[in-house]
Amino acid sequence: MVRNLPGISKLMKFGVIVFPGSNCDHDAWFAVNRNLGHRAEFIWHDSASLGDIDAAILPGGFAYGDYLRCGAIAKFSPVMAAVRKFAADGGLVLGICNGFQILVEAGLLPGALMRNRNLKFICREVRLRTETLDSPFTAAAEPGQILRMPIAHGEGCYVADERTLDELEAEDRVAFRYVDNPNGSMRDIAGVLNARRNVMGMMPHPERATEPLMGSSDGLVVFRSMLIAGVTAAAMAGEPAALRI
Amino acid sequence: MSAVAITPDLIAQHQLTASEYDKIVEILGREPSYTELGVFSVMWSEHCSYKSSRLHLKKLPTRGKLVVQGPGENAGIIDVGGGYVIAFKIESHNHPSFIEPFQGAATGVGGILRDIFTMGARPIAVLDSLRFGPLDDPQNGPRNRRILEGVVAGIAHYGNCFGVPTVGGECIFEACYNGNPLVNVFALGVAKKEDIFYASAAGVGNPVIYVGAKTGRDGIHGASMASAEFTEESKQKRPNVQVGDPFLEKLLLEACLEAMQTGAIVAIQDMGAAGLTCSTCEMGSRGGTGIEIELDLVPQRETGMTPYEIMLSESQERMLLVAAKGREDEVFRVFRKWGLDAVSIGAVTGDGLLRVKQHGGTVAEIPNRELADEAPLYDRPHTESPPRPLAPSPARPVADPTQALKKLLASSDICSKRYIWEQYDYMVRTNTIAGPGADAAVVRIKENGVSVAMSLDGNSRYCYLSPREGAMLAVAECCRNLATVGAQPVAATNCLNFGNPERPEIMGQLVDAIEGMSEACRFFETPITGGNVSLYNETLGDGIWPTPVIGIVGLMQTAAPVTRDFKAPGRPIVLLGGIGACDEVRFGGTQYAKTILNQLWGLPPALDMDYEKRVHDAMREIVAAGLAESAHDVSDGGLAVAAAECCQGGVGAALHFESDLSPEFLLFHEGPSRILVSTAKADAVVEIATRHGVAAPRVGITMNGALTVGNRGEVLVSVTIDSLKAVYEESIEKQLRS
Repeated sequence: MVRNLPGISKLMKFGVIVFPGSNCDHDAWFAVNRNLGHRAEFIWHDSASLGDIDAAILPGGFAYGDYLRCGAIAKFSPVMAAVRKFAADGGLVLGICNGFQILVEAGLLPGALMRNRNLKFICREVRLRTETLDSPFTAAAEPGQILRMPIAHGEGCYVADERTLDELEAEDRVAFRYVDNPNGSMRDIAGVLNARRNVMGMMPHPERATEPLMGSSDGLVVFRSMLIAGVTAAAMAGEPAALRI
Repeated sequence: MSAVAITPDLIAQHQLTASEYDKIVEILGREPSYTELGVFSVMWSEHCSYKSSRLHLKKLPTRGKLVVQGPGENAGIIDVGGGYVIAFKIESHNHPSFIEPFQGAATGVGGILRDIFTMGARPIAVLDSLRFGPLDDPQNGPRNRRILEGVVAGIAHYGNCFGVPTVGGECIFEACYNGNPLVNVFALGVAKKEDIFYASAAGVGNPVIYVGAKTGRDGIHGASMASAEFTEESKQKRPNVQVGDPFLEKLLLEACLEAMQTGAIVAIQDMGAAGLTCSTCEMGSRGGTGIEIELDLVPQRETGMTPYEIMLSESQERMLLVAAKGREDEVFRVFRKWGLDAVSIGAVTGDGLLRVKQHGGTVAEIPNRELADEAPLYDRPHTESPPRPLAPSPARPVADPTQALKKLLASSDICSKRYIWEQYDYMVRTNTIAGPGADAAVVRIKENGVSVAMSLDGNSRYCYLSPREGAMLAVAECCRNLATVGAQPVAATNCLNFGNPERPEIMGQLVDAIEGMSEACRFFETPITGGNVSLYNETLGDGIWPTPVIGIVGLMQTAAPVTRDFKAPGRPIVLLGGIGACDEVRFGGTQYAKTILNQLWGLPPALDMDYEKRVHDAMREIVAAGLAESAHDVSDGGLAVAAAECCQGGVGAALHFESDLSPEFLLFHEGPSRILVSTAKADAVVEIATRHGVAAPRVGITMNGALTVGNRGEVLVSVTIDSLKAVYEESIEKQLRS
């Protein structure tokens, strides 16, 4: 529980988008509600609006069965217009696994996710190196902090053209890299940020690493970072209730 | 009713005997139509009717204080406290997985998952018990490798997409499975006790609603296919294997659970084997009601389907439910939200008949009870298995123990199955506390602070030597696996895989195994709440060894798990249960005999159930007291293999014994009732063991870098951990790539 993080007295509200075929929606909900101690609610994919949430999570799973191509159908879900607008307004959007694939298909993040190098689904714990602290998803990490959390995907090999990769690195938009690259991702990239730094996609599952019984609590770093960002945003919007020092 | 003439040939093609046909005529009071003949043939197939096994299955214990629902429903149900129940069952999908490994295994997963959520339970765990021919079989190796790859990919495809973690299982290789691989899938779900649903149609006039996928021509006569031996012509049965769509099943799961919450659903059953036929007549039979349906209303994938085809189709991802009259719209609304077909196709009637109409005319009219519950019952002749040779032949060569240990660790039965289980999402839903590779899988129930431990076991080598003792040993090992993680076994499910029951010696194996399983389940207080029988596992007259697989579930308070690997150097190691006894006869079924000697003789290891149970009680107390830093039961490959497995985390051990046993017996015998425990408080562990009347010799100490085993001052095994890990971890992939 990190509810008592300094400065946070208001509960932050996360919206977990549920596509037909999402299957880590409950896990994200549980991580936020129980292990982070904040609030999460489900948002059905045909919703036109995200309501009054402070951050959106696109969870893992197999949206629309991942038929045609991962995320290729989900990007046409009605809710994606609302997600686009939310992101354009500066809202925090976290895509995990299938959620990352959807964000990439929707053009909210650069690159693409291809089949793993060994052409098989891989489920295992991996180590990630935090590559930047300059983001609302990583600000709570130590510089270069190694985080343990699981991957579970068949199509997690991150690819982009050389120019895009150079740009991502030049702009400090690689959030995480694999210590031991499990899937063939270019330049060991596990998570990337958009140019505005308010949208992040990552293949590993931070929500599956939020308490000791899960084998690691390192995923809380991502959610805590979002809390800090949420507090700061609320303070700048002049909501004194959100900030108590 | 039908233009097709019912000839003796046609009856034989439907695998119905002359006397079975006579019984059909007697029930109907007339000749059946072609559609009715098809309906009877699937319902009375071995797969659906258990006509060869039913008589003997009655011997199994089915009651216990936590049992809410025993055999006879889609799954068994156990009370786990706090207002929650678990539903679980194991089922085979052997025949389809041989013909089309990927889809056969995938739909095996799909079928058992529907059995669970049709009862209102959300699936939270899957385990698989797999049997293949040897990967290096000179003749069949390439096919065996392809079947393994296909089956594993099929299980991964379905379970991962559906969103249920595949948390454990077993995978064994024997030549008898060259032409008959076994795919047994266990699934377990959780529900609130007041939210359990049953498949019993009630309320005359209530609508019968079809939901899920459209009906196609796939899988027609799948149940009958699963009730016959394989021949050269079986390859033509490929179209009989269904194609699964896990995405559709995920939608069906969410829609069904949501629709159940409306309170408008009276009864629900999945359409699995024998499809629409089975779901209609079984729901009617259980409720003592009739069901009338109009086939024109059934959503169809293809045009021009005959009544016969629609009734016998085994298209996947379909459910049949009975709703409260006047509340259909509440149900339809939920299914519409999830984008699924939901159509009223008929109604419950009071006449006890299954009445099937098409274009307004009646195409079948059969009494439900007679069709579903009065299938023929056979007391097939059974004989004792012929005695096996009691000694190896020729005399055994003596192998270097260290080399033998490495060879065993690399053998396909014992080596790490990481290559397989890393393809499964074993942690989705974030409940997995102990996953694949553990002695028992442990999944927590978030709602009530209780965890469920699960283990599958079946040793056909032992069962070949003695079906009765082998079945008992499987029950004992499952319970030991659960005790090793600290869980109390509470209930069981079984999957009985055998050859052709019309052969008296095969029938004898089945009867012996059921009786052995029955005795052990009674003793360990694990009633069998459901399961499955798979017979005719034969190809061209070659049957499999008797392979009864048992799945046992246990309960424990949710806590950090005790795991297999040694944790830190300098810790005392206790062999709970002691060194055990062995002689030449009881050594012939071991992995050492298989891998090092290439032989099989004698009898399985001797089991003392009373002692076994005391070991479990002691182990649970040790875990509950927080004394075990690591624990691992001694099974396949014996003590040396168990110790080497405990070293896989990087911490090794120095073990030393003062035993009269020969090095081979000491290191590799597979006597049951033994668990290796490392602890910081050996005195306390020994004290608990002593109180339970269990031997608990201190046999060594953990250390860094190496595993050494000695007896009376003589070094038997000395090997680095790195070399043990390499052979253990790399073996399967090496074999698959060879």
